[in-house]
Amino acid sequence: MTKEKLKKTIDAIGWPRLIVCLFFAAIVLTAYVNGIDVASYFSSTLKYWGMWGILVLAMVPSIKCGVGPNFGVSLGICCGLLGTLLAIQFEIAQKIDAVLPGFGPWASMLFALVIAAVVAWLVGVGYGKLLNMVKGSEMTVTTYVGYSAIYLMCIVWFRAPFNSGEIIWPLGGVGVRNSVALETSFGGLLTDFLGFNIGSIYIPTGAILFVLGACLFVHMYFRSRTGLAITAAGANPTFARASGIDVDKMRIKGIALSTVLGAVGIVIYSQGFEFLQVYTSPLNTGFICVASVLIGGATTAKATIAHVLLGTFLYQGLVIFTPPVSNQLLAGTDISDTMRQIIQNGVILYALAKAKGGSSNE
Amino acid sequence: MNNEYVLKMEDISKEYFGNKVLKGVQLKVRPGEIHALMGENGAGKSTLMNILFGMPVIHNTGGFEGTIEFDGQKVSIDNPHKAMELGIGMVHQEFMLIPGFTVTENIKLGREITTPTVASALLGKSLERLDTAAMAADARKALDTIGLGVEEYAKVAGMPVGYMQFVEIAREIDKTGIKLLIFDEPTAVLTESEADRLLETMRVIASQGIAIVFITHRINEVIAVTDSMTVLRDGTFVERLETKDTTAARIAELMIGRQVEKLVEDVQEDKRSIRDDDLLLTLKDFHVDMPGERVRGVDLNLRRGEILGIGGLAGQGKVGIPNGILGLYPASGEITFDGQNIDPKKLGDALQKGVAFVSEDRRGVGLLLEESIQQNITFTAMQIQGKFLKKIGPVTQYNSRQAYQHTQDMIQALDIRCTGPDQWAGRLSGGNQQKVCLARAITMEPKLLVVSEPTRGIDIGAKKLVLELLAKMNREQGMTIIMVSSELNELRSLCDRIAIVSDGKLTGIFAPDASDAEYGLAMSGVVEGDKNHD
Repeated sequence: MTKEKLKKTIDAIGWPRLIVCLFFAAIVLTAYVNGIDVASYFSSTLKYWGMWGILVLAMVPSIKCGVGPNFGVSLGICCGLLGTLLAIQFEIAQKIDAVLPGFGPWASMLFALVIAAVVAWLVGVGYGKLLNMVKGSEMTVTTYVGYSAIYLMCIVWFRAPFNSGEIIWPLGGVGVRNSVALETSFGGLLTDFLGFNIGSIYIPTGAILFVLGACLFVHMYFRSRTGLAITAAGANPTFARASGIDVDKMRIKGIALSTVLGAVGIVIYSQGFEFLQVYTSPLNTGFICVASVLIGGATTAKATIAHVLLGTFLYQGLVIFTPPVSNQLLAGTDISDTMRQIIQNGVILYALAKAKGGSSNE
Repeated sequence: MNNEYVLKMEDISKEYFGNKVLKGVQLKVRPGEIHALMGENGAGKSTLMNILFGMPVIHNTGGFEGTIEFDGQKVSIDNPHKAMELGIGMVHQEFMLIPGFTVTENIKLGREITTPTVASALLGKSLERLDTAAMAADARKALDTIGLGVEEYAKVAGMPVGYMQFVEIAREIDKTGIKLLIFDEPTAVLTESEADRLLETMRVIASQGIAIVFITHRINEVIAVTDSMTVLRDGTFVERLETKDTTAARIAELMIGRQVEKLVEDVQEDKRSIRDDDLLLTLKDFHVDMPGERVRGVDLNLRRGEILGIGGLAGQGKVGIPNGILGLYPASGEITFDGQNIDPKKLGDALQKGVAFVSEDRRGVGLLLEESIQQNITFTAMQIQGKFLKKIGPVTQYNSRQAYQHTQDMIQALDIRCTGPDQWAGRLSGGNQQKVCLARAITMEPKLLVVSEPTRGIDIGAKKLVLELLAKMNREQGMTIIMVSSELNELRSLCDRIAIVSDGKLTGIFAPDASDAEYGLAMSGVVEGDKNHD
């Protein structure tokens, strides 16, 4: 009886989430026992939570609309990078600061977000149309799209006619440099906004508020008529059709929203990181986002905002806590990144193995 | 040895999970005779053939009772291979051919003629070389027997359906020692002239002493080609007839006939006034391209306030009609609804103009299984009519309070047994799921309610409730209803008129108390005037 109950509880939590939770708890405990400064690592976890939250949130619309986890979120990321680069190129921060002192960084970020979102929506619509042509193998295709987008943009970054001194290679020339400092635009803007300490734990209020705001937006979107239609189209396309819904259109909307969130997400990420990482840096972002939401308890057919928030926290917590602990225990090895890779890809593999065709039919 | 019958199946009973599908059935076939096995869907024809063929589905579910005698010997057939060894062959309804192989290869697959080689001497028979010439000669012979002029080296892919059917037959008769050949609804996929040729071929095969069991719904084909027949109904043996002693009408009556039990009590007196000139829906030359349920040109008038039944055998197109009106499958023709035209090419057009639909595929189309009852009931009305929405400033949001209240009302009104509006629809029993589907349709307050197979897969008690509910909506709210069902009995106990569809066309509209023979003939596609065949 109790055994059955235990099994039921475990099923409800889900094996991956349970294992990762236990693993995380063990790591934190080990860190504490070994005298590692848990509070400062916890602060980092919160900071990274705020940075990754929206990128992981981008998984929700794509899973809900029936496409599954969007490995190709890097497509949106490229749009976000473009928006940010334009904000720097046009010196939005400096220009606005001259008129409204103190508002420069905000204007700069807003400009980057708007450009990123608009471009991402357009790109996302095309991406959605592509995914409608490959129904049944979306996950493979999104992966390839993600990779292709990054490498295609490498060429663009390399040849793009930017001329701002902050963007191009330091010794002059053409093309975007590897990582562009955001010091003069909006680096650290949200992380520092209304930030405060509880004991020695730093709370990045602005970033967290922004993430929660984005979550609220997505939540409300999926409570609107369109949002509910998207969910139904994903859960059971034939049901949706029988209710007069154009399933393909809904999938395009879901994917476009996912791409926009990816674009917004990288802008928010970059402000926290204080550098814009161009070229192949975002190559694995898709995998990290997918793994995060899955760790949070999502499946390839169902995802909620709670999954996003929990999953991002656990994943980033692991990434941040594992290196110091493993360095202490196994000095001189680089086991932590290996662990991260195993967990990240293991969780994705687990979810794919569990995914059944037509999940809505039980 | 008693050789009068090549096949004698006696006292065959079979139950699936406590559900008796065959009750003491017998089947006897003489050598060289064409014997029809007839019955409605669910009469037990396929189960009987599965038993004869030793299909795993029979033995995995506890076997069967009764005896099979083949060629004078008592046999136990526990796998298909055994059946083949005995000389029983089957021509399947879905072709079991490999498209990329040639005709010869398909005919000889698994029974290749081979010659030894060095490698095979060392490593076994599987490395012997194919004797293509001998195989081709065999294939040619089999093809000639049935008069198919196709080259034996042509690939099967891209051949007309009729040819594939003949290749299947050629494969069966090429097997040495074949004594009994089963044709499982072979004419269902063929054009008229192909079907005629097939019947001719069957005669040729039978004249060589091979017995044929011919499974079909089409009474006129049976009359034309068979020597005798066995009629099944609801898993029981009805009669074995000699074809020359009977008539189409008699066969139809035997297939359908059963006492009409009243499924619905007369809920209240009928105060409706239905007028022939007050039409709610008319279909003109209506075609629907729904796979397996094609509609090929239907004209139909629906009077305001009536319950119109659409009946017919499975695969004849009755289900295609509602799906076509709703725009779920490509449809053409003219649909006039309450003075407006419905464009079947525009998804949701019918819904918008006041038609609500309860699909025959409850779990596939009818429900979001992993969503709440509330979401299931309110979804369509919200999407189509903008109900259950509220405005908060510039944004429109789902009004869950209102939806919850409505769902509770529906749960009470339709007596849906559940833990509450939040329970997942997938967790309910079939009958309650059907009520959720009906509740969704009612929520739209439609002018016309179209229900397709409303009682499929639900138990008898729930069936009665659903039918009574439909009757109540019709009598109390004056809702016009089209009800599509495979169960004639159900249609007869509820509908004002019943249209019968066969082969995608309307073969008649009858009063519920018309005779079994009339229904039977219409369902078998026998057109009026054809019926006095003897």
